[in-house]
Amino acid sequence: MSRERLLNGALLLALILIPGWALYADEPFTITLATRAVIFALAAVGLNIALGLGGLVSLGHAVFFGIGGYAMGILASHAQSYTPLIEWPFVIEGTKSMPVIWLVAIVASSCAALLIGLLSLRTSGVYFIMITLAFGQMMYFFAISWPAYGGEDGLSIYVRNGFPGLNTLVPIQFYGLCLALLCLVLAFNARLMRSPFGLALDAARQVPERVRAVGLDPRRLQLVALVISGAITGLAGALFADLNRFVSPTMLSWQMSGEIMVFVIIGGVARLFGPVAGAGIYVLLEHLLGGVSEYWQIFLGLVLLMVVLFGKGGVVGMIAGRRRDG
Amino acid sequence: MSPILLAEQVLNGLQSGVMLFLMAAGLTLIFGVMGLINLAHGSLYMIGAFAAAAVAGATGSFALALVAALAAAAAAGALIELLVIRRLYARDHLDQVLATFALILILSEGTRWLFGSFPLYLNMPAGLSGTVTLPGGIVYPVYRLALIAVGIAVALGLWWLNARTRLGIRIRAGENDREMIAALGVDISKLYTLVFAIGAALAGLAGALVGAIQSVQVGMGEPVLILAFVVIVIGGIGSIKGALIGALLVGLTDTLGGVLLPELFKLFTDPATAAATGSAFASMAIYVLMAGVLIWRPTGLFGART
Amino acid sequence: MADPVLATHGLSKAFGALQASDAISLDLRAGEIHAVIGPNGAGKSTLIAQICGSLAPDAGRVEFLGRDVTQESTQARAARGLARTFQTSALAMEDTVLQNVLLGALGASGRPWRFFSRASRDAALRDRAEAALEAVGIADLCELRTAELSHGQRRQLEVAVALTLEPKVFVMDEPMAGLGQEGSKRLTGFLDGLRAQAPILLVEHDMDAVFALADRISVLVYGKVIATGSVAEIRRDPLVRDAYLGDEA
Repeated sequence: MSRERLLNGALLLALILIPGWALYADEPFTITLATRAVIFALAAVGLNIALGLGGLVSLGHAVFFGIGGYAMGILASHAQSYTPLIEWPFVIEGTKSMPVIWLVAIVASSCAALLIGLLSLRTSGVYFIMITLAFGQMMYFFAISWPAYGGEDGLSIYVRNGFPGLNTLVPIQFYGLCLALLCLVLAFNARLMRSPFGLALDAARQVPERVRAVGLDPRRLQLVALVISGAITGLAGALFADLNRFVSPTMLSWQMSGEIMVFVIIGGVARLFGPVAGAGIYVLLEHLLGGVSEYWQIFLGLVLLMVVLFGKGGVVGMIAGRRRDG
Repeated sequence: MSPILLAEQVLNGLQSGVMLFLMAAGLTLIFGVMGLINLAHGSLYMIGAFAAAAVAGATGSFALALVAALAAAAAAGALIELLVIRRLYARDHLDQVLATFALILILSEGTRWLFGSFPLYLNMPAGLSGTVTLPGGIVYPVYRLALIAVGIAVALGLWWLNARTRLGIRIRAGENDREMIAALGVDISKLYTLVFAIGAALAGLAGALVGAIQSVQVGMGEPVLILAFVVIVIGGIGSIKGALIGALLVGLTDTLGGVLLPELFKLFTDPATAAATGSAFASMAIYVLMAGVLIWRPTGLFGART
Repeated sequence: MADPVLATHGLSKAFGALQASDAISLDLRAGEIHAVIGPNGAGKSTLIAQICGSLAPDAGRVEFLGRDVTQESTQARAARGLARTFQTSALAMEDTVLQNVLLGALGASGRPWRFFSRASRDAALRDRAEAALEAVGIADLCELRTAELSHGQRRQLEVAVALTLEPKVFVMDEPMAGLGQEGSKRLTGFLDGLRAQAPILLVEHDMDAVFALADRISVLVYGKVIATGSVAEIRRDPLVRDAYLGDEA
């Protein structure tokens, strides 16, 4: 059993035991924190597919997070005000059903990823980084100025959306739902990394010229990776909006993009559970240090700087050593 | 939309364009010479603005404030370069992005710790705070005209630096072949620190100048940084000429778009909706411009063709 | 005489004032090894790049299997059966030897859009990959990370990846580069047998290998082909001796 497998198992166990204890000790706030960590982890798993596997430095990934959030916000707000989204050419009503909202969030962010990818992947290197950042910013300003859904003030959803068979208002039940989704996506990610697509994508990151020389198109591989990546982060966005019962342009901001990237890097880029470790550490620091000082992000910046300059491979890398392929 | 109003908006566009140019020129210089993408450039803009506000508040002199801005930003730039940036030249872009993002966190929160979350005010110098009547009956603030003049002066200064000085030769050589100039005995580390400091000073100057029109607060630099990225993408990385043309294009598109698009929408809906949706689409205008340029020229208007 | 498998007609490419390729016309026939030799800076890499599709010529045509492929991308030409090896090994260093040849097999299959199955458990891919490793003689290295291989082993892997394509033509850019005497002899023997599978356009500096393997030789100097002929003809050619071989040839 490799060290990485052990670490992954330990992390998963923590994700089950800590909220379990919180339930027993009647500490619902801890459950909420854990939910926050799990949702952040999901967003970061999405980014990791583009970044770790595909080598795409997507600096505007919050755009997908926000689109997922607004998918939830728009659908739920229309449902709670009993007004349809559009009436012509056919009526589309709002909804407060999570599965439907998730589907819409995934489709919307996939389409956005497709468009952004088609434009950005015409370039590479620094250009690509700047362009993805720019598109994130574009959606941010658009969301601020579009009058219908709260603009800068954001959109509040009074009651959490529903999932068949569960009472999502109960913190542990909503947590369980989020955890289940995270595990599903992690399993998919593990499969993806070992699949033919994953092999080709990984090679496209390392030696694109070789990939072309065997008859494959690196750009197309990267585009598909970006779409998958955007879809997953979009799903996380919808969940985040549901957790807070609130969506605002902040979910689209460059700060949010930076945070998602921090989760991936601190945890360990290209490692399966890296995003989980990173998100967990972030939420922990935010809670513990944030209580001590409102300037805790100085410390976060220092940690990030140390990890980048000296700690290759993030937390998972430092504990589990180099990546073993299977 | 009267011609006078339009002319005013064109001038506003030029003014915001030249301020963007100050940011973009520094960024593109740093990338062209050192191959480094620097997200902390917005923090240097902010530092310049804060230094200016602090000194102006203490002494009442705008001129001193500007000197302080240049000095503070250049010093901060040199310090960051020596401590952090130096280790990043050999790293890949992802590492550079992450490390400079970490610097943003440290510098922004650090500034908030020192100065608090409330905006500071920087008053524009009394001598420049009036308006002047231009040919055609346009009444325009003197200060903004001064900014345009400063921008043109900086552009000329950079051109002179690049084309007519030894430093300029070293910079151009460095852009072409980094290893070669080291082999030729040019002190690379000093050159890099100097280039970084120059870029930082330009950013700090822009921050101070704009700080007099808008407020000085933590986080003011990043939106400008991202706009500067758009400028560089449009103009072509490494090209100062591209940075100037890109900056003017972006400044004009942003300003005119914000004014003309709502007017356009008024043809279709009521004024209130037109104003709101028009400005929402106007906020996207520069990014649409960027996308358009990229479709036509993936490495920007004056960037290196691959 | 049958049509050549691969041919260039008047291929020209200039970089500013430098004419890297000057109306180069040469061809590759079935069953042969055609070597391209010339001093450094002669434009051999530029020529290879244009043949394989990574560089667009200013003028001229590239024909492959009777088709004009000048406008086609590298991957399109590879899909048609053009396999190349790179002068500096283009291998995924972080991955294992097996994963590198699996990539080749995947490319040959043309279907990378599978997200759930395991690449290493796919029988079709695995068979093809392992066969290539066997042929080149490095099958026992398959679980090693490519970064841990010696230079010679990496050159062998480079050839193995090309083999997985089961190509119609090999374009090899200095395959002997950096190999010692032993390695060069082994690779020479291997390439000798390879020509039966598919003809080889071979760019090389190693004259022993060239004279041992080549059916025909073209000499490239300053972007121009100054002579094409059999080994004996080229060795005798005064122009070639002047420009490149010197009098010891």
